[in-house]
Amino acid sequence: MSELSASDSNREETPDSAASDDMRDGEPRRTDPRTFLVQAVEIIPRMVVPLVAVAFATRDEGSFALPVMLGFGALFLAASTFFAFLGWWRQTYRVGDSDIRLETGVLSRAARSVPYERIQDVSLEQGFVPRLFGLTMVKFETGAGGSDEIKLAYLSNEEGERLRELVRELRDEADGVAAPAAAQEARDVQGAQEADAQLLFAMGPRRLFVFGLFEFSLALVAFLGAAAQQLDFLLPFDIWDFDFWRGLVAGQGEQLAELGPIAQALGAVAAISTLLVVGVVSGIAKTFSRDWDFRLERTPKGFRRRRGLFTRTDVVMPVHRVQAVRIGTGAVRHRFGWKSLKLVSLAQDAGNASHVVAPFAKAAELTPILEVAGFPLPPRGLAWHRTTGSYRVVSALFNAVSFVLLAAAVAVATHLFVPERYDWLWLVAAAQAVMAGFTAIQQLFLWRVERHAISPQHLYKRSGWLAPGYKIADRVKLQSVEIARGPLGRMFGYVTLNLGLAGGHFALPGLPREEAEALRRALLASMVETDFSRLVK
Amino acid sequence: MNEDGAHSETVATQGDEQPLQQGHPNHPKAMRVEAVLVALPLLIGALVAEYLTPFPNFLIAGPVALILLLVVIMLPHRRYAVRGYALSEDRLRVVRGMMFHSDTVVPFGRVQHIDVDRGPIERYYGLATLQLYTAGSHGDVISLPGLAHQDALDMRETIRAHIKRASL
Repeated sequence: MSELSASDSNREETPDSAASDDMRDGEPRRTDPRTFLVQAVEIIPRMVVPLVAVAFATRDEGSFALPVMLGFGALFLAASTFFAFLGWWRQTYRVGDSDIRLETGVLSRAARSVPYERIQDVSLEQGFVPRLFGLTMVKFETGAGGSDEIKLAYLSNEEGERLRELVRELRDEADGVAAPAAAQEARDVQGAQEADAQLLFAMGPRRLFVFGLFEFSLALVAFLGAAAQQLDFLLPFDIWDFDFWRGLVAGQGEQLAELGPIAQALGAVAAISTLLVVGVVSGIAKTFSRDWDFRLERTPKGFRRRRGLFTRTDVVMPVHRVQAVRIGTGAVRHRFGWKSLKLVSLAQDAGNASHVVAPFAKAAELTPILEVAGFPLPPRGLAWHRTTGSYRVVSALFNAVSFVLLAAAVAVATHLFVPERYDWLWLVAAAQAVMAGFTAIQQLFLWRVERHAISPQHLYKRSGWLAPGYKIADRVKLQSVEIARGPLGRMFGYVTLNLGLAGGHFALPGLPREEAEALRRALLASMVETDFSRLVK
Repeated sequence: MNEDGAHSETVATQGDEQPLQQGHPNHPKAMRVEAVLVALPLLIGALVAEYLTPFPNFLIAGPVALILLLVVIMLPHRRYAVRGYALSEDRLRVVRGMMFHSDTVVPFGRVQHIDVDRGPIERYYGLATLQLYTAGSHGDVISLPGLAHQDALDMRETIRAHIKRASL
């Protein structure tokens, strides 16, 4: 308990703790004593399986079976109650002036401190058993998003309510001083309201049709082809059977059978083109049902996206929660100038929906959206940097070697275990060998095209060879900066810059150390200017 | 960045504004105890394998014991030597790792909540691990082990005070 006394002495130096509320003096307290009873009761359903096992094992013992089973049951219950009690006894929480703290652990001690400035929400949760006891669980959510908030299990209902109110009050107090920013925001909102909802991007049926053509899924075609081969007994005809296609193509009377190999080739072409048509049609159908009447608007609350034919979704993404944007494309659609735009939002929003705001657009159509989001395209005259050559050479070798090893493994296995001289596994091995060459060449091309640059507000990364994309992050909205270096990087002189980004990942691999350090200095300088509490408002 | 045989030197000279501080001298001792706890089951496994297989004496257990001995004796001090941290007025920098070196900086303005954790071994040696959580998806926890417990608590107070000040 020395940690408690240590922070107590610290607290005494701050005289503003003279609040009247008894919870505010920051006394460490335990959760409700009935907690360990609830926890012990909740274990009972989990004891059923082991008890049944015991009963099964002792079924031949006759008269001993029941006492043995009850004995084990009592033992389990006593042990679990004891450990639940220990856990309860060693868990304390305190509501201090500037944070809420939780200390847990019997042997290992964990002390967590959550400042009020970071608490986004307080929620109460009642399970079935705790509810019978009139208990509730209080959860504090922070921007960290996910499992790491404080959970207080369990408090009495009144205590839970009271704590929620108190913490909300303290949090608002902590937030209240950030009012200028909020007022600014309010003015922005007001201004936006006057302008009303403004259409940023929309897709008509024509655009959707073109989009659908590009959504042609090779994977689906391959799957259908394989399925047709495997499940041909389900089809009314055999798509690999030439006679069927001859019947379709030439009619019954023709004598094409003599043509032999040509006719077989024709049959294969017919089968493949059927699959292609299926692929194209399904791509178009999928696109129409997903993106029908796609509309992206700028509303006072943020981006509003509506889309869908059968299930129409309506998603609002607040502009200030956008952490980064990603401009992507595909190898083929890039040749025609089509791009997509995705927003990276705060971690806790990530689960909700995909944040595509423009799935299929020309660059000129993206510019206004990017401007509203506050992530403009890279201005002219930025100093773009490449990765080190050594990084690309190492990656090329690494990729090539791993694919060559795979190819060799497949080839050896085929040679040893497949009796036939020609088997499709040889094709797999050959494909691996081709991939080895491709990935090696890809790395060398990537050295030419993959670059990064910083502007006064943003960090840009251009990536991809056949389908070049951009990733744009706000320098202020980064969370942490790590310079990482593995054994290869150490040998060949490069490091990776990993940037903590809420809801996404931003890494710049293969930088020289000096450059990574210069970048980190610059990024940190912009990060420390603004506190997190201002970023999420 | 090319050849850094003398780890502590490179750590001290690498990069940022502030010189790095080393953890509490008890930290390598705690790491050694942890290494022993990992090594013991492996050693027992090797002895059992030795017993079960017809190889000549100590062909398996000998090398295993030697490697484990090196791991237990050498590694903690070397790991300790490459570790370091620097607490400045608005950020914490944590440096660690021999093979996989990492050098992380987190500004206090991005800290969501703070943990001070102590396992049984750490408690015995009076140590604690400071963990800072950020909202980032990558590297959302920055962990700094091997601090004296009181130092960890003081650092927590510093960071908390900064958060309170920064949001004013």
